[in-house]
Amino acid sequence: MSHEAAAHQGHHPALAHHFDSLAQQTEATTLGMWVFLVTEVLFFGGLFATYMIYRSWYPDAFAVASHELDVVLGTTNTVVLITSSLTMALAVHAAQLGQRKLLMTFLILTMILGGVFLGIKSVEYYHKFVEHHIPGPGFQFEKEYFRHAQIFFSLYFVMTGLHAIHMIIGIGIMLVMLWWSWNGTITAEYSSPIEISGLYWHFVDIVWIFLFPLLYLIGRHAH
Amino acid sequence: MPSQTLYMPPRHYLNENYGITSWLLTRDHKRIGLLYLASITFFFFLGGAMAVLIRLELATPVGDLVTDETYNKLFTMHGVMMVFFFLIPSIPATLGNFLVPLMIGAKDLAFPKLNLASWYIYVIGGLFTFYALVAGGVDTGWTFYTPFSTVSSTTNVIPVALGVFVTGFSSILTGLNFIVTIHRMRAPGMTWFRMPLFLWSMYATSLIMVLGTPVVAITILLVAAERLFHFGFFDPRLGGDPVLFQHLFWFYSHPAVYIMILPAMGVVSELVAAFCRKQVFGYHFVAFASVAIAVLGFLVWGHHMFVAGISVYSALIFSILSFLVAVPSAVKVFNWTATMYKGSISWQTPMLYAIGFIGLFTIGGLTGLFLASVGLDVHVTDTYFIIAHFHYIMVGGALMGYLGGLHYWWPKISGRMYNEFLAKISAAIIFLGFNLTFFPQFILGYLGMPRRYHAYPPEFQVLNVLSSAGASILGVGYLIPMVYLMWSLRYGRIAGSNPWGAVGLEWTTTSPPPTENFAETPIVTWEAYDYQTPVEHHVA
Repeated sequence: MSHEAAAHQGHHPALAHHFDSLAQQTEATTLGMWVFLVTEVLFFGGLFATYMIYRSWYPDAFAVASHELDVVLGTTNTVVLITSSLTMALAVHAAQLGQRKLLMTFLILTMILGGVFLGIKSVEYYHKFVEHHIPGPGFQFEKEYFRHAQIFFSLYFVMTGLHAIHMIIGIGIMLVMLWWSWNGTITAEYSSPIEISGLYWHFVDIVWIFLFPLLYLIGRHAH
Repeated sequence: MPSQTLYMPPRHYLNENYGITSWLLTRDHKRIGLLYLASITFFFFLGGAMAVLIRLELATPVGDLVTDETYNKLFTMHGVMMVFFFLIPSIPATLGNFLVPLMIGAKDLAFPKLNLASWYIYVIGGLFTFYALVAGGVDTGWTFYTPFSTVSSTTNVIPVALGVFVTGFSSILTGLNFIVTIHRMRAPGMTWFRMPLFLWSMYATSLIMVLGTPVVAITILLVAAERLFHFGFFDPRLGGDPVLFQHLFWFYSHPAVYIMILPAMGVVSELVAAFCRKQVFGYHFVAFASVAIAVLGFLVWGHHMFVAGISVYSALIFSILSFLVAVPSAVKVFNWTATMYKGSISWQTPMLYAIGFIGLFTIGGLTGLFLASVGLDVHVTDTYFIIAHFHYIMVGGALMGYLGGLHYWWPKISGRMYNEFLAKISAAIIFLGFNLTFFPQFILGYLGMPRRYHAYPPEFQVLNVLSSAGASILGVGYLIPMVYLMWSLRYGRIAGSNPWGAVGLEWTTTSPPPTENFAETPIVTWEAYDYQTPVEHHVA
């Protein structure tokens, strides 16, 4: 049916057949992304709840285990991600103004920053591997906190791992957006895909903004 | 009804194009609804076969038909398939998919491709589960309690967990699609309070799907990480808490009960109005009761853990909150009966199911109050009382609503009528078979027969034989509709666009509807269930 609708006079090529107008379509897709982000909040919410309970039960073990994380790399990554949010916001702005080259530049910058984040993250993972801080049979830690520190590191790997998977998906989305910007699908009238992808990217950044202090900065003031 | 020549429309969504790819790549919400219908029916009969074996085993007190290990796998697979692969998608993904755009006067759901994707995701999840069944099954119970599921069980926990995890995303996508569609795609004049109550219940259901399912997804992921990689989340040896798993699991899985029952309530509202020829009594109350059930449903999960070691104070709070759910539920039951009062009731098959629903749901709901009271719950926890209670809600409620809805909208879906006589007979058989199966289980449970055992003391045999006999009647009752509904597809009388003389946008278009649903976007100028105005005036 879509080709008929597209052939109809006055219809924007990006307008799907079941919407009356591009405005309605944009409203629907934006609402759809917000609803999706709500599901993401609850997805991570289960993890944050688990974290909260064990942290309140085992504050000492969590503080000691937290000190094993590399706060310099963590902080660097936080800066990298916040910067990528800036380039993403600039990409949305450029898309709305129809500045194609600028849009593509900012998308590429966003992807590069996302890649840098993942690179630093894998260096950190490698260190944890070398130090035997991966939970399971090979786990090594000072005896007093051996059991509870495993819970901390289990949470650390699942939380940051799921966040990293979201980053990888985000970079994949940016690749599609780059392709759509390059082939002219994205125009000043039809910039909603960039805006919606931006919502997702910012969400993933915000998750990290919560993860960073919860995992890296426990009890720093006391030591 | 005025006499008119009934005809099949020359072009409709079923004959728009042919061939397997026209179905597998369709973006038409009506066809996707039918894809779901076929797949959930498959799982229904598979899960039903497990139930047959369970009831056969329990016909005698000794464990003679299957071993205890096989029995554990039977009730686990029965639960997993019926809950995650039949009941949760049943009404939303089939009737909801078919009807939401039709009822609001839209051409399709907001995201047709996502809708198709949700079906594929469901199928992939189903394949994992089916694989687990073929590979030898799983024995944790459908609740996957830790540490048994993470440490002890030697069966296929991971494939089933993956299946449940994956299929969860299909219900998230369905919920997301419905929410956006109901917000943004309503036809001109279709205000929130002109919407059929089915849509209110779909909206409330979608809220639960979107807010609850991600939590069970992450919980299952944690179980998988603990089982596969020996991570520590719930393992008591590391200081983890198995009860935390139960909290996270029931945070979704209790609201999931409302994912099953709310859509059935929506169906019953439609049926009662259509077959009493009256506006639903207290429309606003029924609408908000759906939302209230969805919200309250998120605050009662603790009543599954009264004996799992939660504190007396939280048990008290969860008990009070659980009692509160009875209020909106009772509002609905009272309003349906008030609608029937002085209505011109016609006793056609869908109405029989609606009446059955109201009665069985009432029993299921009232026995739920027993379980909400901490003292009584301690006595009947993990007995057949629980089994009977939730089957009254899930089978007596949700499944009755589903079958009622399927019969009511079948002429719209297929364009043809089923055999009314057979349909009435099988509705009666299902009602009788159901009660014979599950009512004795209330008594069994109260007398102390525990759930999940394949052998039991001989003094329980009479009631168990009654239950098993009922199950065989119930099984026959489910097979008959399969036969006459299939038969009607080819030989049924042509239905015409509005065989029931009902109001509602879905009855203003042809049966079966065209792919784009309406020749022109309808403009709604009447209230929901406006039976005062003659039906002919509702043509948009």
